[in-house]
Amino acid sequence: MLTVTELRAAVERRLDEAGRAWLDGALTDAAKSGPRPDAPGPARWELDFASAGRHVRNPRPATTTGRPVSADRPAPGGPASAGRPAATDRPATDSPAADDLAPHELAPHDLPDAARILILHAARADASAVARLYAHGTGAERRAVLRALPHLGLFAGPDAVPLVEDALRTNDTRLVAAAVGPYAARHLPPHSWRQAVLKCLFTGVPLTAVADWERRARGDGELGRMLGDYARERTAAGRPVPGDLDRVLALTRALPDAPRALTREES
Amino acid sequence: MRIFDPHIHMTSRTTDDYEAMYAAGVRALVEPSFWLGQPRTSPASFYDYFDSLLGWEPFRAAQHGIAHHCTLALNPKEANDPRCTPVLDELPRYLVKDGVVAVGEIGYDSMTPAEDTALAAQLQLAADHGLPALVHTPHRDKLAGLRRTLDVVGESALPADRVLIDHLNETTVKEAKDGGCWLGFSVYPDTKMDEERMVAILRAYGPEKVLVNSAADWGRSDPLKTRGVGDLMLAEGFTEDDVDLVLWRNPVAFYGLSGRLDLDLDVEDTEATATHEGNSILRGGAPAATPTER
Repeated sequence: MLTVTELRAAVERRLDEAGRAWLDGALTDAAKSGPRPDAPGPARWELDFASAGRHVRNPRPATTTGRPVSADRPAPGGPASAGRPAATDRPATDSPAADDLAPHELAPHDLPDAARILILHAARADASAVARLYAHGTGAERRAVLRALPHLGLFAGPDAVPLVEDALRTNDTRLVAAAVGPYAARHLPPHSWRQAVLKCLFTGVPLTAVADWERRARGDGELGRMLGDYARERTAAGRPVPGDLDRVLALTRALPDAPRALTREES
Repeated sequence: MRIFDPHIHMTSRTTDDYEAMYAAGVRALVEPSFWLGQPRTSPASFYDYFDSLLGWEPFRAAQHGIAHHCTLALNPKEANDPRCTPVLDELPRYLVKDGVVAVGEIGYDSMTPAEDTALAAQLQLAADHGLPALVHTPHRDKLAGLRRTLDVVGESALPADRVLIDHLNETTVKEAKDGGCWLGFSVYPDTKMDEERMVAILRAYGPEKVLVNSAADWGRSDPLKTRGVGDLMLAEGFTEDDVDLVLWRNPVAFYGLSGRLDLDLDVEDTEATATHEGNSILRGGAPAATPTER
């Protein structure tokens, strides 16, 4: 996970001048304001948090047709390359550093998410602020709140667990993926965490989204039982077992302090 | 044929509809908040609905390759119920959201004083938030309703060229056009407009500032009527550019007045997710797959 400083630098490298100026103003204002728990009405930074998506967008590579990118997008599951501009369409000024992704290689929500995380951090958002912003948030805002949790002072305590649990009750995989980050790894009780892992496998959220799963899964016999039952249910229905399942299952069968995971055959 | 349905209530539609719409060419839509058939009894019921139009429904649309935006408002019918009118006080916190591209659908149902108040207040909210407005015309007493609507728009802070007047027909199109508004037509299986009459109106009044929608909802309606109009336009001699103007560029231009229209889907297809996995600048945030859980 990037530090806030690294995150800001990574975002600013990808923004155009107007986007950088907007973000700079929003962060300066948030830092001055702070969480303002007793003030009536939303703080300026809360409005910036809400509107980040339209101010901080991925730069669009120029297209010869002027058609919106989405009009040419393939159907979900279709060829991924068809919806993307060719590398030669990219303006030369957008050439990324060797360790960066080009702007069009970012997911559409990456920059707004990052801007919102930076705003929450700059405003020193506490548990009541993030609860309010989550409760009043769009799907995109809720995802950003969840992804911000490890960057905020509240990370050490369990006050934001209800937000994570709310997200895990949804069927929105954007929220589920954001909910199983470092905050969940640190604070979710065992039963909730096991259900979260199973839900990720169930809904196709990749294991890479689950923070610290190796530590928490190691030697967890109950999680192993749940995964085994799920694999049998899939097999009985003639459906494939998610590839990630075996990786977790193997670790559940390892000793809690084992130096490495045993394979299924070994265990 | 790329299609932007500028008025459709997807909350009331199935995944089969989403699939059929995608296959027909629909890549973007706007879902106006409206009356759900069963009257609401409290403002909180609206807030859950608004949250859904800004959360779950855009996610559902994106799963089917369709960009989703919404318009929010207290609808005309429920503007008459004092249990619902506190929604007007809470709307400002919703109208700042990225996914909201207009205030709507507002307008008249029975042309009551309460509807006058709600319409004027919400046109002002649109002006205050830099948003255009989607104003429907009443099903009953339509021409009188249109005239009263144009009067209220004229008295509001919102210029007519930031107003889309919807559910127009042969009897109302001329005055709405003369009023400088954008012109919306809902094509239905039985009521409102049909494909043939829609093409006749396009021939008579031209395709400029005309938007065609299915307004599909929980009643007898058809989310593919937009495509039907496009096909008939081509068969009747309109060019592909005319069709693209009506079914794509006009809705993009109207809702683009908000400055918030974003036609990049907030979801990755399977291969793209694999490409991005672990490469997000935030790390570990690789969504998304079609949910199978209920």
